[in-house]
Formats: sequence, C-alpha cells, structure tokens
Amino acid sequence: MENTTLISIEGLRKDFPTSGGKFTALNGIDLQIGRAEFTGIVGPSGSGKTTLLNIIGSLDSPSEGRVVVLGQSIGDMNVKQAALFRRSKLGFIFQSYNLLPVYTVFENVEFPLLLLKYDDNQRRKMVMDSLEWLGLTDKVKSKPSQLSGGECQRVAIARSMVKKPEIVLADEPTANLDAANSHKILKAMVQLNHEFGTTFIFATHDDKVIGYLKRKISLVDGKVTTDEFRNI
Amino acid sequence: MNLLFKLAIKNLIGAGLRTWLNVIVLSFSFLIIIWHKGLLDGWDRQAKNETIKWEIGGGQYWHSSYDPYDPFSLTEAHAKIPSSLDTLVSAGKIAPILITQGTIYPRGRIQSILIKGIYQDQKLLKIPSSVFIKNSEDIPAIIGKNTATDNGIKEGDLITLRWRDSHGTFDANNIKIIGIFNTDVPTVDMGQIWVPLERLQKMMDMPGEATIIVMDKEQKGKILPGEWKFMNNEVLLKSITDLIKMKSVSGYVLYIILLSLAMLAIFDTQVLSIFRRQKEIGTYIALGMTRKQVVGLFTIEGSFNSVLAGILAALYGIPMLALQASHGLSIPGGSKGFGLAVADRIYPVYSLELVITTILLILLTTTIVSYLPSRKIARMKPTDALRGKIQ
Repeated sequence: MENTTLISIEGLRKDFPTSGGKFTALNGIDLQIGRAEFTGIVGPSGSGKTTLLNIIGSLDSPSEGRVVVLGQSIGDMNVKQAALFRRSKLGFIFQSYNLLPVYTVFENVEFPLLLLKYDDNQRRKMVMDSLEWLGLTDKVKSKPSQLSGGECQRVAIARSMVKKPEIVLADEPTANLDAANSHKILKAMVQLNHEFGTTFIFATHDDKVIGYLKRKISLVDGKVTTDEFRNI
Repeated sequence: MNLLFKLAIKNLIGAGLRTWLNVIVLSFSFLIIIWHKGLLDGWDRQAKNETIKWEIGGGQYWHSSYDPYDPFSLTEAHAKIPSSLDTLVSAGKIAPILITQGTIYPRGRIQSILIKGIYQDQKLLKIPSSVFIKNSEDIPAIIGKNTATDNGIKEGDLITLRWRDSHGTFDANNIKIIGIFNTDVPTVDMGQIWVPLERLQKMMDMPGEATIIVMDKEQKGKILPGEWKFMNNEVLLKSITDLIKMKSVSGYVLYIILLSLAMLAIFDTQVLSIFRRQKEIGTYIALGMTRKQVVGLFTIEGSFNSVLAGILAALYGIPMLALQASHGLSIPGGSKGFGLAVADRIYPVYSLELVITTILLILLTTTIVSYLPSRKIARMKPTDALRGKIQ
C-alpha cells in the first residue's frame, strides 16, 4: 500500500492556562502519519491523546510547533478555514456518538453531505451506500434514542465515512460499548480502511482497539514514548 | 441559508413541547395585539363616521366669534346666512344651525340647555329634522335619547323653555317633544334640544341668521364672507383622533407587557438550549459548520417560533376575529358619558397593514432576542463544547 505522508507534526507543544500558570498537555511531539494507516494514540487518561487528536482535527491549535494535515498548516488556519477543512477532508467519531438527537439515522448520516451541498440523488445514494456498509439499512427512519449503543456508534461511523474523507479521527470509539459491539465496529472500520484506503487515527486506552492497530503510538505525560508498527 | 432553515425547522419540531409552549404564548401576544389595535381602529373609524353623519358633514363654517367651549360667545356668534347659499340650503345640501343657550324645567328642575335650530328640510345630517311640524302652536322639539333619559322626558311631553333673545330680553314658552332620536354621537345629544331653525330665528329675533353652517363635502370649497371661518374635518375630529391616540399609547403598554412575556420565554429557551445542546453545537462545528452558521441556526430556530406562532394564531385567531368583526363587540351603556361617539357595538377593523406590522414587529423582536444568547456560541471552544464542559 502506498504510504504518502498525510500528517506531519514537528515540535508540537500544547499548553492550557490554569489558575496557577499553565498545564502542558503535549510537549515536543514529532510524528509522521501516512495514507491508509490504522493508527492508535495510546496512553492513560491525561496523557494528551485527545488533545493531539483535536489538534490534528483542527478543533484546537498548537501553542508551539508545526502541524500539517493534508498540506494545510493547522496553526495558520482561521476558524472559518478550519471549519471548511473539517467539512471536506475529515471524519470524526466520538466516544458518546454525538448523533443529532432529533434527526433520523438517515438524516444524521446525510448531514455532512448537506454541508457539502451534494444534490438530492447523490446524497440519497451515498447515505444508503454508507448505511449498507455498516448494516443499518433497516434503521433508516429510527431516531438515535431508539438505537442501541453499538448501533449508534455504527451510525456515527457511517456519518464519518459517508463523504469518503481522507482521514477519520476516532476518540475512544469503544468506551461506551460492550466487547461484542466493540469488535463489530472495529471490524467495520478495518474493512473500510482496506476498501477505501481511509486513514484511521484512534485515541484510546482500550485493549480491544489496540488489538486491531497496525501502528501504536504510546503517549505518556504529553510525550511520545514508543511508536511501533505491527503486522496484523 | 436554505439548509439552516431546514435544520432549524427540524430542530424546532424535534424539540416538541418546549417549542409549542413558546409558540402558544407568542400566538396569544399576536392575537391580543391585533385584536386590541383592531378594536381601537374600529372605534376610531366608527366614531368619526358617525360624527360626520350626525354633526360635522364635510366641514363647517363657524361665525368668527363662535367658540364651542365658551357659551358666552353665543350672544355674539351669529350672522346672516350668505345669500349665495340659498339654493343649496333649499335643496337641503347644507345645514345652517343657530345655537343659543336656554333653560328647561323638566319635572320641576332647572336644566341648562343648548337650543339648536336646524332646517326641517335639510338632508345633510342624520338629525331627524323632517319630523318638525310647521306652524304648530307649541314649539316642536326633538331631543336625543340620553338627554331624554337623564331628564325623564318622554315623547309628547310639554316642557317650559326659557331663553334670552338678541335684545337681552328673557322669554319663555312651552315646547312639545315630538321625537326622541337615538344616536351614538353625544355631542348632538347631551344637554341639547333641537327646534326648527325658522322658529328659533323668530324666538331670538335673528331672522335669516345662523351660528354655524354645515357643508356637504362637495360644497366645502365654497368661499364665504370674512365673518365665517372654515373648519375642516381634521380640526373638527381632532378630539376623537387625540383620544384614540391616547388609547393607543395605553395599548402600547399592554403590547410591551405581552411581548416582554413572550420574549422572556424565548430568551429563556434559547439560553437553556445553548447550555443543554453544547455537545450538539460541538458536533455541528466538528462536522464542518462555521460558527456563524451555528449562530444563524440557533437564531433562526428562535425566530421561527414567531413564524409558527403566526400560523397558529391564524388558525384559531382568524375565525375568532372575523366573527367579532362581523358581530361587533358590545359596549357597556355607561360609556356614553365619555363625551365621544361610542356605539352600542364596536366593529373592530383588522387591516392588512395592522396584521403585517404586527407580524414584522414580533418577528424582528424574536430574532433579536434569539440572536443575543446565540452569540455565546461564537465564543465557544469546540473542544469544550464537544465535552459539554461550558458553564
């Protein structure tokens, strides 16, 4: 598989102001992540995994250093440019699914395409394709409140994949799921990674997720301690 | 923008009871504002129309000394009716009126009264002067229902009338009440007695004279000699216009209270919404909506309350208001003492202008009230919003 660099991080530092001064969440991170990787940022709570994921996802900006994602420097983007970048290039999966509660499954998955102004027919086809990959075609008209946790997370994956983004960022995607559902959604993501060459980056400390990773980057106290590639 | 509208409608309908409570409160405001303003407009129109028909026609010429608020001016305020008006007078198209003071003695009491003389052939005003009988031994007179009721006078009664003629001599005679008319215009009724003009001119020794000349609206442009000054309807209806204006101002207080209640409900909902829907806001931003779009979405959601309220108000309000516009609203009898034309029933007038103005006012206010708390979204950090951490 071709391994072009999609994400380049050099000397990344992230500080958060606190009442007593500042808290350094990330310190001196250097990383390169390539196309179609299935990578996990692994570490205990407070190690800086989510912060790193947020910066890669342009939801936050670095205090120091340079983060370039798909050729765009995250620190140099204004909020509007960052929003347009996320809209077109990135997919997000969250621990608590973050589905829009008043929308049906179809409408939740359709949402990113509405922002990208796809026409009705294209949207319908792309949404149905996405729901088919995740085995959700029988839940099209259901609301999130009518779904199980596993189904909600599959809808979230379908939503993140529907526009076929180059990178999907998943923050603790299995934290609220039982083992069976966790394996089910991880297998779905592995399949999507193989089929479409989408780069998946996880922030996790769940062993079930770690078991599926092709690359494991360990983070402790905001610093990369190990970075191992695995043959799975 | 189209997308934001679609999302806003979906979110509003999805919010269920919260939306409908706001919409119901707002629809009441819509309806009460339109109803109250329509009632005042109806009253205004009715009062002016009736006053024109009963009292002022298309405008009046007043003798230059005449002051309706100064009864002492009446001794001087009279002059010959210009001969240029003779044909119009005989055709009944203009109505000269001679006014003087007098006293009646109903049921042994003394009652000051204005004696007004009017041609029995006049067709301009609704005063039923055609009932006067010429050459009657007694002076024929008609009075309004309120004056009759207040003084215990019935049709056919003979009442002593005392007056002072142009030479200052007191005189007295019996008058016979030959008719009692019902009018909504108290200024032709309260404390007044109407007699034939020729008879009053004879009683006062003022042949061919009048105090005021009521003009037909087609004749109002006629120029009369310098001792007559023209008062147009705008001047003559000023007291009604002023009273309605004053009522409108007190109405605004009601509107402000109603609107404030509705706006408070919407403001509260918006603040609560933004607090409770932080994760949703974070998700919108993560999925690629700009902050401006999210602020726009919440503002449209808030202001759409007024659109839904307008629709709801139309559903139950149009039949209600239409029914009232056709059947009128009964006004208590005591309101005759207002000194202003108040009919037994007022028919509200709901103009398109009134409805559109009210809708725009409420839509604008709701949009502002929805926008103010939504500005907070623009300052939110998406990472905090996603975790629902903002206080």
